[in-house]
Amino acid sequence: MKAVIMGCGRVGARVAGLLDHTGNKVTVIDTDSRAFRRLPAGFGGETIIGTGIDEDILRKAGIEHADAFIAVTNGDNRNIMASQVAKLIFNVPEVVCRIYDPVREDTYRRLGLTTVCPTTTISAIVLDHVMRAESEPDGTRGGAS
Amino acid sequence: MYVIVAGGGKVGYYLAQHLLSEGHEVLLIERNPDRVTEINDVLGAVAIPGDAAEAGTQAAAGAARADVMVAVTGEDEDNLVICQMAKEKFHVARTIARVNNPKNEGLFRMLGVDVTVSQTNYILNLIEQAIPDRSFVHLISFHEDLAIVDAKVSETSAVAHRAIAEIELPVNTTITAIARGASLIVPNPGTELLPGDDIIAIAHQDQEDELRRLLV
Repeated sequence: MKAVIMGCGRVGARVAGLLDHTGNKVTVIDTDSRAFRRLPAGFGGETIIGTGIDEDILRKAGIEHADAFIAVTNGDNRNIMASQVAKLIFNVPEVVCRIYDPVREDTYRRLGLTTVCPTTTISAIVLDHVMRAESEPDGTRGGAS
Repeated sequence: MYVIVAGGGKVGYYLAQHLLSEGHEVLLIERNPDRVTEINDVLGAVAIPGDAAEAGTQAAAGAARADVMVAVTGEDEDNLVICQMAKEKFHVARTIARVNNPKNEGLFRMLGVDVTVSQTNYILNLIEQAIPDRSFVHLISFHEDLAIVDAKVSETSAVAHRAIAEIELPVNTTITAIARGASLIVPNPGTELLPGDDIIAIAHQDQEDELRRLLV
């Protein structure tokens, strides 16, 4: 599989490393060349400096033959714009877009983007742990407060 | 009319000022609180601080009753999302986006923005028109993909000394006027084109190159 990843932060670098390690063709795009230091040692994919909201940069990254596009910069709007370009202009079969703002995430999910919202996901996990602690008191501290 | 302007830079500021002077109701959303204070000191209480791409900010700005959302920040991705959120969440009838990268104009319209304004293109056009002795000038774009162009017929042009009826123009291209010296000629099929004529034509933008090769 060929994947293009926009944003080489913690998530982008990790996903890139895992996909590369499992034998996929990976290209990572970031505006800052220093971001590529986050990629694991022995990373065999390509890196491209630029912004993924520019169609020419996406082409250079091989978007026309990509099976997946993953937008994980820290800018919601940049991820949204690039994902729409990947999906609607380049017809990439699998497009995943990270959006921190839950309302924006909801809006673009309805519009047909595959979205991941760390805010709602992490909040749900945290709440789940808190609720579990409340309902299953252990040891000396018992009961709900 | 109620207009929300997103982005309080120079464009947003002068736009808000102009709309106010025309008697419209205007609200400006600007991310930087210091800039909001500056604007309100001059224009009165017209600006609020906030991220215009956020639904909460748009709701507080009264987007639900807005007639127009104008996104004029310096970032194309922000302008796109501001317009899309206004349309999807608040059903704003008309969204207008400033496009900083001219390449994004078509994309924005495809993604549902009603009107795009490319400052870069306008400035390029104006500069092109201001350069003397240009043989082919794109004067203006309109109706999505149409253009009005000004082409100067050269001595060596294939169309010089030929009647309009004999010229095979690109499909849907119309010669609307000919400027010859000080006079303006309304052409008919028999009008002969002379070297030095300025031909004003309406064409599809993707046929401009073909037209340039033919006339110049």
